[in-house]
Amino acid sequence: MKILNRKNILGFAAIIAFYVIVQLLINADVIDSYLQLNIVIIGINIILAVGLNLITGFTGQFSLGHAGFMCVGAYISAIVTAKLGQPFLVGIIASGLGAALVGLVIGIPTLRLKGDYLAIATLGFGEIIRILMLNIDYVGGASGFNDIPQYTNWTWLYFMVVISVLVISNFVKSYAGRACISIGEDEIASEAMGINTTFYKVLAFTIGAFFAGIAGALYANYFYFIKPDSFGFMKSIDILVTVVFGGMGSITGSVVGAALLSVISAFLQRYPELRMVIYSIVLFSIMVFLPRGLMGIKDIKLNFLKRGGSADGDSETR
Amino acid sequence: MVILKLDNLTKLFGGIVAVSNVNMEVEKKQIVGLIGPNGAGKTTLFNLLTGMYTPTSGTITYGTDDKIVLNNLRPYSVTSVGIARTFQNIRLFKDMTVYDNVRIGFHHNIKCGIIPLILRLPVFYREEENVGNKAMEILKLFNLEDKALELAKNLPYGDQRRLEIARALSTKPKLLLLDEPAAGMNPNETKDLMKLIRWIRDKFDLTIILIEHDMSLVMGICEKIFVLDYGTLIAEGTPEQVQNNPKVIEAYLGGEE
Amino acid sequence: MEQFLQQLVNGISLGSIYALIALGYTMVYGIINLINFAHGDIYMIGAYVGFALTTFFHMGFVPALLLSMLVCAILGIIVEKVAYKPVRNSTRIAALITAISVSLFLEYGTMYFVKAETRTFPNVLPDVSIKLFNGVIINIRDLYIIAITILLMVVLQYIIHRTKVGKAMRAVSLDREAAQLMGVSVDKTISYTFAIGSSLAGAAGVLVGVYYNSIDPLMGMMPGIKAFVAAVLGGIGIIPGAMIGGFFLGITETMVSAYGSSLYKDAVAFAILIIVLLIKPNGLLGKNVKEKV
Repeated sequence: MKILNRKNILGFAAIIAFYVIVQLLINADVIDSYLQLNIVIIGINIILAVGLNLITGFTGQFSLGHAGFMCVGAYISAIVTAKLGQPFLVGIIASGLGAALVGLVIGIPTLRLKGDYLAIATLGFGEIIRILMLNIDYVGGASGFNDIPQYTNWTWLYFMVVISVLVISNFVKSYAGRACISIGEDEIASEAMGINTTFYKVLAFTIGAFFAGIAGALYANYFYFIKPDSFGFMKSIDILVTVVFGGMGSITGSVVGAALLSVISAFLQRYPELRMVIYSIVLFSIMVFLPRGLMGIKDIKLNFLKRGGSADGDSETR
Repeated sequence: MVILKLDNLTKLFGGIVAVSNVNMEVEKKQIVGLIGPNGAGKTTLFNLLTGMYTPTSGTITYGTDDKIVLNNLRPYSVTSVGIARTFQNIRLFKDMTVYDNVRIGFHHNIKCGIIPLILRLPVFYREEENVGNKAMEILKLFNLEDKALELAKNLPYGDQRRLEIARALSTKPKLLLLDEPAAGMNPNETKDLMKLIRWIRDKFDLTIILIEHDMSLVMGICEKIFVLDYGTLIAEGTPEQVQNNPKVIEAYLGGEE
Repeated sequence: MEQFLQQLVNGISLGSIYALIALGYTMVYGIINLINFAHGDIYMIGAYVGFALTTFFHMGFVPALLLSMLVCAILGIIVEKVAYKPVRNSTRIAALITAISVSLFLEYGTMYFVKAETRTFPNVLPDVSIKLFNGVIINIRDLYIIAITILLMVVLQYIIHRTKVGKAMRAVSLDREAAQLMGVSVDKTISYTFAIGSSLAGAAGVLVGVYYNSIDPLMGMMPGIKAFVAAVLGGIGIIPGAMIGGFFLGITETMVSAYGSSLYKDAVAFAILIIVLLIKPNGLLGKNVKEKV
């Protein structure tokens, strides 16, 4: 069938090849531990950005609490792997599902709100999650959760990134993705076209939360140690910045944006005193000079109509 | 056969009466005009019919065989039972392509869940291909197929109006509500629009209710006209009956105080 | 009962601070629809200016307060002209991120110059406690805070309702284009709004320095967000709403700390915000406006 067409086979081969090459470079110590650290950060940021892009970039729902879902995922994975001694896969799945559940519970009431009100409500929820973690002694409270087994390696990271990017881009390039985009464009018209806007908003929110949870698991099981303040309001902002920098509604943009911003951030570590000052100027310049992001204006792909409108109708162009 | 029936329909906003005790019956396959001075409650009535507002009292019943009460349906459910609409101030998905605008309309007829979609199962490809073909068919009927890949916002005004009708038709309605379809059109474009409206009625087997200020269009194609003033139905009948109704003349020209 | 009254006094003092900051948020939001995240940092700068004036220049409380308000007003105008004007017509998110970048710039720029450590504010007000009838203690500083807050609010109400500038501000917030057509200079009005809002934040900064005695470069983050919460609680864009929201939040927080757990006081503030948003999305004093179809 079409699943086994040339393009897909090539894509699959490229995905495997990239994995093998990097793995070999790690084995050969060409990629040292510092580089590995940065690769992990990039991977986690990609997952976070792609998930938030689905919510904010495509569906147009302004969320300032995305780090809260990462927080939920990180703590769940920490509990499952460190306290309950379960394998990492269980931790990852539990993190994703746990965060998705929280996303669902938060999303149903709050997604009735619009624009800045939604932003501020999600910010509130993100903070509430963080404060709850600060107060639960079982997970270490303010002093943090220690001795989490370090399971995250290149293999886990890479395939989690691939899965999240594939799932979200498949979702977006489909009737469901078009529904989400139409909500972002004009919610009233979308509803009038027969789209259950509440359902899709909550769905996008839940999927985004699911992957943020997985990103949290990868984070917790890489850094051994987590504390609630790592998942505060500023982390949510960082994710949002990545999405806007990459281009709202562009998956490629989120991937590239996450990689670039992580590199910039790593580079700025050398100037600890001025790091945040420079970062703020970089942010400001992006917003003034590149308000639509890196991939904000993209040409429409023309090939999909040739077969009388096939499934690859690239709705990514916004 | 009656397809739409309003019984004592009333809508209050705070203390203000927007629609008051309206009783209406719309016959199947007719083109019906809804006219009245500005602020008479015409668009509010459309919003009530499409679930955008909930009626304060009264009932809206839709359907010929199975009668459905629309009062508490959400707009998307109203669309899925067969009522589609356009908007007074064109509400296309501006940054989406013409093609995608029309594909959206088929949404509620797609039979493929989220999991098969993510896993790209054959059923997904089948459904999408089906939608793509149907969307192109509709675009062809409206002579928009060459512009399928343009962004909706880049279309000329007249095309945008027609695209909005095409998009509404893609939801497979039985009842189509057009809110000022001729607004901003010149007399020639209005004439073409009249032909188009008649033609889609026959082609898609539709009942059409339209709000319009352009009397040449209303008198030219409507088989029945309802006149609203201050939220109340003041007259109904054929174009001739309505034109000669003293209440209507008074509403439009203003009576003596 | 004594404890309750005592906490009420503390709550009103804290609420005064929130209210003063919230006013700036609400005014700016009312006029350019921007959540000015940098507003909390202007409050921080106000505190530092007050600190410098009293510590190094040995100024008294009142001159330090006024001068620091002036400095913040100018800073507010500069921030608007340099940072917000270029993104005035951008998307909401771009504008919001710009505001965040300004906030980071002020926070870490200040930190670069004054270092991250906490500074101790000198005692510029007498530390006298007055014992009331049933054991409730009111510190003279509480009275200062409350009195100055009320005074500033009265002045603000006067400016908004009785002066030309205030009329222009109200006009621009209702309909920018129409105001422009009526000959109101929109740029100037926005500048005034930032100046007035920022000077209130500056006043709040000095008051906080005097009240809690310690300041640091990141002190604006949490109160900034909470003051915004207060503004939303009252109904954003509505000036009396910001005052009520501020006092409400201050009193609630103090009560939660006193009778529940101080660890949860921030969570309670956000929980109240969410509940209010869900029940009355436009805030306590807001009118419900449904989007026109």
